Amino acid sequence: MNKTLLIIQREYLTRVKNKRFVLTTILMPLLIVVLIAGTTFLSIKGKDEHKIAVVDANNFFKDNLKSGKNIQFEFPQGVDTSNYLYKGFTDIILIPKFEGTEKTNYIIRSKKSLSIITESEISDKINAAIEDNMLQNAGIKKAQLDSIHKQSQFAELKAVEENGKGTQESNSALAYGIGFGSGMLIYITMFIYGAMVMRGVMEEKTNRIAEVMVSSVKPFQLMMGKIVGIGAVGLTQFLMWVILIIGLSTAAQAFIPHDVMQQVSSLQQANGQLPGAGAGMVKASDAAQQIYKVQHTISTANWPAIIGCFIFYFLGGYLFYAALFAAVGSVVNEDPQDAQSLMLPITMPIIFSFIIMSNAVQDPNTPMAVWASIIPFSSPMVMMARVAYGIPGTVPYWQLALSMVSLIGGFLLTTWVSGKIYRTGILMYGKKVNWKEMRKWVMRRS
Amino acid sequence: MNETTNLLSNRKLTVTFEYNLTIMSKILELHNLKKYYATQKAVDDISFSIEQGSIFGLLGPNGAGKTTLLRMITGIFYPDSGDIHFDGKAFDPLNDIVKIGYMPEERGLYKKMKIGEQALYLAQLKGLSRSEAMGKIKFWFKRLEMDSWWNKKVEDLSKGMSQKLQFVITVLHEPKLIILDEPFSGLDPVNANLIKDEIYGLSQRGSTIIFSTHRMEQVEEICDHIVLVNLGQKILDGTVGDIKQQFKENKFGIKLAGIPANLNSPSFDIVDEKANRFTVKIKEGFNSNDVLQYFIQQSVLVESFNEILPSLNEIFINLVEGTKATTRAFQPINN
Repeated sequence: MNKTLLIIQREYLTRVKNKRFVLTTILMPLLIVVLIAGTTFLSIKGKDEHKIAVVDANNFFKDNLKSGKNIQFEFPQGVDTSNYLYKGFTDIILIPKFEGTEKTNYIIRSKKSLSIITESEISDKINAAIEDNMLQNAGIKKAQLDSIHKQSQFAELKAVEENGKGTQESNSALAYGIGFGSGMLIYITMFIYGAMVMRGVMEEKTNRIAEVMVSSVKPFQLMMGKIVGIGAVGLTQFLMWVILIIGLSTAAQAFIPHDVMQQVSSLQQANGQLPGAGAGMVKASDAAQQIYKVQHTISTANWPAIIGCFIFYFLGGYLFYAALFAAVGSVVNEDPQDAQSLMLPITMPIIFSFIIMSNAVQDPNTPMAVWASIIPFSSPMVMMARVAYGIPGTVPYWQLALSMVSLIGGFLLTTWVSGKIYRTGILMYGKKVNWKEMRKWVMRRS
Repeated sequence: MNETTNLLSNRKLTVTFEYNLTIMSKILELHNLKKYYATQKAVDDISFSIEQGSIFGLLGPNGAGKTTLLRMITGIFYPDSGDIHFDGKAFDPLNDIVKIGYMPEERGLYKKMKIGEQALYLAQLKGLSRSEAMGKIKFWFKRLEMDSWWNKKVEDLSKGMSQKLQFVITVLHEPKLIILDEPFSGLDPVNANLIKDEIYGLSQRGSTIIFSTHRMEQVEEICDHIVLVNLGQKILDGTVGDIKQQFKENKFGIKLAGIPANLNSPSFDIVDEKANRFTVKIKEGFNSNDVLQYFIQQSVLVESFNEILPSLNEIFINLVEGTKATTRAFQPINN
């Protein structure tokens, strides 16, 4: 068998067979699901409830102020700031008499400090009550107002992206989520797998097997075997996650009642016949509407392009940085602190890319975002943030092509440079090496 | 004019012929090998050759350039200039590497890997197929009583055990040339003997062995031919016997039955005496017979008379100390 293949095989199998790999691969998606479910649960259940006594000098709030799920307004007699707690209230609101249209302060007194959400909810409700009172004063009947309030939202924004061939529904929230998520994933994996390559090289050096190995294979084969083998480990992990996530969400669907699922599919059909018309015509329960909405939103993304780009940029970015991590690993001796300082020039661009990425995902067409998505140092993360907004709408084909070509060129260059450093580094013991010396090794002919 | 050309071409013919003859029996030839680092000349114009099937000793103090030399022979480094002939052809690291087994001084194994798997992996990297490798590993493991180790991890082995494993891995693929850098370090006498016997065995079966060490007593015992390097240059080259002859100081040891009354002779000086044992150095213009004759004429019996040759260790130390004065600092040529 080819020697490089043998090395790849060993690097891959020793890591995939490792118990820790199996555990993280299975636990990670479960952990994410538990985390999401947990925060959702807490945000629904864990809200603190308020029973608020309102002392009103205007006498119109009693009719107009509406209690919410967790906030209950009452208008008791004979309550003041000293005794509201004893009467079973959590807070007390003191509203002075409004004069004209001037802004007036009102006061809420509480035993516990209020959360920002509760505070804004109370403020919204008070303002809505004042507005209603004004409308009533202007002659609109209370019954009319109530019936208007019942219908919550009439219009929903549907953004449509125009490309040459036709129109395509777009969803910026989804694009944000995908862009940030995939950028983040590349960021994390670059560190995890880059560090794995570095540790692997350091292990070979400190175990003193490097010289035994290079008497059988070329140093470059050894380095590439390690990089490719660990890259394959990364891909395997992604694949397992995708399978697990699809499996878990399919399993979750099994818990949805059958009639709800039927309504969802009839919603899908209705929308298919009348594109853009919405699903209002079909009668469906709230749950079905919700599920349909989520499914529909997810289906608006251009998944093949996103997944294709993700795999390309994950691999490209990984290869680009892994070679550099290998070079650092090869010059480090036993002291891990050397590794820290030598790693800095590699980790800085990764961290900068992450910062640029988190801006690009909000505004994908700034010059900064465009250039950062083309330069190979930052393109893996930043381009993923932009690609989520659509090809060729946000990212023209020429930018994508240029970015891909420069990333390929970039990793060929880093691999070549690192190969030279690596070759000298792994056989060098006891000497502390700095970047200046490493530059000399690169310049040296073979 | 014509005659001269004829003569010249004739001579050329003979030279080529001789050259071919020498190649036939040499496994390795180094010609004017040089490797300079930024600050020093690690290997400075070294040439020597090694006979097929011999046990060759490469000696030198720390930092003499041995490791650099060995790395060039194993194809890890390319020489700056000079050339290497291996097995009759110009050395081609890519293809010849599988014919060489190298056990470096800085050696180790993957600590977390099982021993059987590790041996299999390293053997396959030397070009053996999986099944070939399997057979050979089983053979060697059985031979050196390592059968039960297969599923152990290297980190669970003692230093001596991992040395043994390292040796097996080096010779597993039956290389034509085996290079052992300090092979006995960390081995107890029993295991050292075991490995020594294996080295003899391999040499008898046709492998050539390069043996690099500072331990002179081992060299004297094992090696046919040695080369001594110091400060990047070759300072000694020959068989152990020849070298000892070359460096002998005309010293003889005499054991007498008693102590003679008078020990004054123009033919020798007494260098050392311990009771009835004397070490004498023969003076210029005399030989051993003169000395023996003198003692025979004395009234005490001569119990033994033998030549004292210097140990390799003495030769080594003398030579290395002698070359210390010369520096090999790298002098860039300014034109």
